Amino acid sequence: MTAEVTEQARQVTFLEAIREALREEMQRDEKVFLIGEDIGSYGGAFKVTEGLHAEFGADRVIDTPISEAAIVGAAAGAAMMGFKPVAEMQFIDFISCAFDQLTNVVSKWRYRMGFGVPIVVRGPCGGGVRGGPFHSGNPEAFFANSAGLKIVEPSTAYDAKGLLKAAIRDPDPVLFFEHKFLYRLPRLREALPDEDYVVPIGKAAVRREGTDLTIVTFGAMVYRALDAADRLAEAGISAEVVDLRTIVPLDVETVLASVRKTNRAIVLHEASRTGGYGGEISATITEKAFEWLDAPIIRVASLDTPVPYSPPLEDFYLPQVDDIVEAATKLSAY
Amino acid sequence: MSTDVIMPQMGESIAEGTIVKWLKAVGDKVVRDEPLFEISTDKVDAEIPSPASGVLLEIKVGEGQTVAINTVVAIVGEGAGASAPAPSPAEAAPTPAPAPAPPIPAAEIPVSALAPPPTAPSAPAAPARPAASGSVEELRRTRSSPLVRRIAEEHGVEISSVNGTGISGRVTKSDILAFVAAGGAKSAPAAPAAAPAPAPAAATYTPAAPEAVRPTFKEGDRVRIEPMSIMRRRIAENMVASRRISAHVNTIFEMDCTKLVEVRNKLKGQFEADGAKLSYTPMIIKAVVESLKAFPVLNAAIQGDDVVYKQDINIGIAVALDWGLIVPVIKGADEQSLLGLSRSVGDLAERARTKRLKPEEVQDGTFTITNPGIYGGLFGTPIINQPQVAILGVGAIEKRPVVINDAIAIRTMSFFSLSFDHRLIDGAVADQFMAHLKTTLANFAA
Repeated sequence: MTAEVTEQARQVTFLEAIREALREEMQRDEKVFLIGEDIGSYGGAFKVTEGLHAEFGADRVIDTPISEAAIVGAAAGAAMMGFKPVAEMQFIDFISCAFDQLTNVVSKWRYRMGFGVPIVVRGPCGGGVRGGPFHSGNPEAFFANSAGLKIVEPSTAYDAKGLLKAAIRDPDPVLFFEHKFLYRLPRLREALPDEDYVVPIGKAAVRREGTDLTIVTFGAMVYRALDAADRLAEAGISAEVVDLRTIVPLDVETVLASVRKTNRAIVLHEASRTGGYGGEISATITEKAFEWLDAPIIRVASLDTPVPYSPPLEDFYLPQVDDIVEAATKLSAY
Repeated sequence: MSTDVIMPQMGESIAEGTIVKWLKAVGDKVVRDEPLFEISTDKVDAEIPSPASGVLLEIKVGEGQTVAINTVVAIVGEGAGASAPAPSPAEAAPTPAPAPAPPIPAAEIPVSALAPPPTAPSAPAAPARPAASGSVEELRRTRSSPLVRRIAEEHGVEISSVNGTGISGRVTKSDILAFVAAGGAKSAPAAPAAAPAPAPAAATYTPAAPEAVRPTFKEGDRVRIEPMSIMRRRIAENMVASRRISAHVNTIFEMDCTKLVEVRNKLKGQFEADGAKLSYTPMIIKAVVESLKAFPVLNAAIQGDDVVYKQDINIGIAVALDWGLIVPVIKGADEQSLLGLSRSVGDLAERARTKRLKPEEVQDGTFTITNPGIYGGLFGTPIINQPQVAILGVGAIEKRPVVINDAIAIRTMSFFSLSFDHRLIDGAVADQFMAHLKTTLANFAA
């Protein structure tokens, strides 16, 4: 019993893995600093930065007024002066307030000025936690169409730590979306390596091997896909689950390799369907692997409405395991 | 002014028709709607009326020739008869073959429950759209997916010859891989076949295996060689296909039809007064409908791994013709009275013999009745009309001595045979159906 507790104590949550990455990067490089709302002594709305203010001081863990434009603008300016800022959006929904800084300044800087703006803008995204329309967003598609921004959304503690470190060390701006449903999810607890490691940006991972169809997804939807794959296996349908990990740049090779194997694909994401990143993935598969397709590519995504506050409505809005199973069943019978 | 006479499209999915006979000669006067020529298509033979009144100025397509629908086959116009056959230069120009099928607009994909309704593809504006373009279902069957087309090309497989288990009978990757693995592929991607027959609308099926014996008669031998009619070819294809698709089993019951005779004698005069002829067929249909309701699996079909139970009971009636056989269908037979059934049977049989059936009147049957007893045959073992799963053969109806309560009695008896598809229907169920039918006939009441 004692041994088990000890073993559990050494395992970290998704959220703790992010904190470890921040701490270790700040220890490694004194140019790295954090900036955001309530991230100082309060430790942030989700306590991601808890303890870092005490460890690194107010100069490196900077509390700001409620202005995302100012946070990102200040981070961008500091980055131009040689720092490596990590800006926190209290909820990723409010990154829209910094849209101008990100799309008109940060993303274009390397192309305009010849050097990049190495900032990380991170924050909690996603629904399923009864956050309502202002605290559940998945804005990846807005930024996927702004060339010059990398977009990362991990689904495991190991990847969260390794990808955040890679993002901080990247010479260009990276948006780092943390699905808040995963922050303390028990099934994500895992023991991480003691040594320093990074997970390269732009590399997808096959989370489950399958032969009949591929589910391409990322973030919290990886677990919906895996649960659906379990159910599908009972029905004799073998689903492969590809976790993109990085949204931009898309790991086209891994996606295509899977589709060439299974010949059928579902693209699953939590953002609304219309204009969602699923359309981009689907189009890429069609362009590059048309002759390997045995059925149309199916998108499973949220409805084209804001995220509802009512729990039953939010459940209806979000893709559920049932939705994925239904789509996969129909697709495999196509 | 002249009017083009075109090969009509006799029903969806019909791509071509054969001129069997011209009923008028060049120079003859014709009245609008007067029969002008006879055609034979995949589905029906029909007399085609003239679209206009005037003189038959020119026949462009001779008897025996097969042309795509919408091809101009003749010109009717105002003329002084045979002496004025000269068509205008424009009309004399060779008739272009209809354009190839337009590519299908993005097929609707009814997969995700979350999918918004697919945008309707804009309707093709061209009025002369060839039927071969077909429906989404047909395209799924004949074109499948990019992957399957690639595999088909690699192995020289004609996709329409593979049995599909996907949506609309679509050939899936596993279907074609299994077909190839089973040795279905030809040795090499052959040159395009001279004129691939359009796939029958009813069901896709594997083509005949190479015949073991292929006769090699030729002109000059002591034989007469004539091409099979389209109807003959279709019957040949469909019969062989059905034998291959279904696991045929027969069961034969002797039915006491004495009641039918009684009812017929009682009602015959009344029906005649109503302008209908009461034969045994409508009575048998009525009894069969009752038994089909009790055993709906005989009114079903197999689709991939699914069983499709049909809510409509549409009874096909095999009608022998001098030139072949056709099966007009009584739609909604369960909703008709004996009088209504009598009228339907009489009307369909009459129009079958005079080639005036509409294509839709030979489609959508759910169960078929045939009459091998008409020339005295005791019973037959008919072939199932795909995609149905059973067919009833009615043997000769005649008086026979039978033993009732240890006495020999004279009763009107008949052997009924049921051919059923053992893939779906087991012997016990088939026999229960026949026993039910036997009871229904023995107690038949109008």
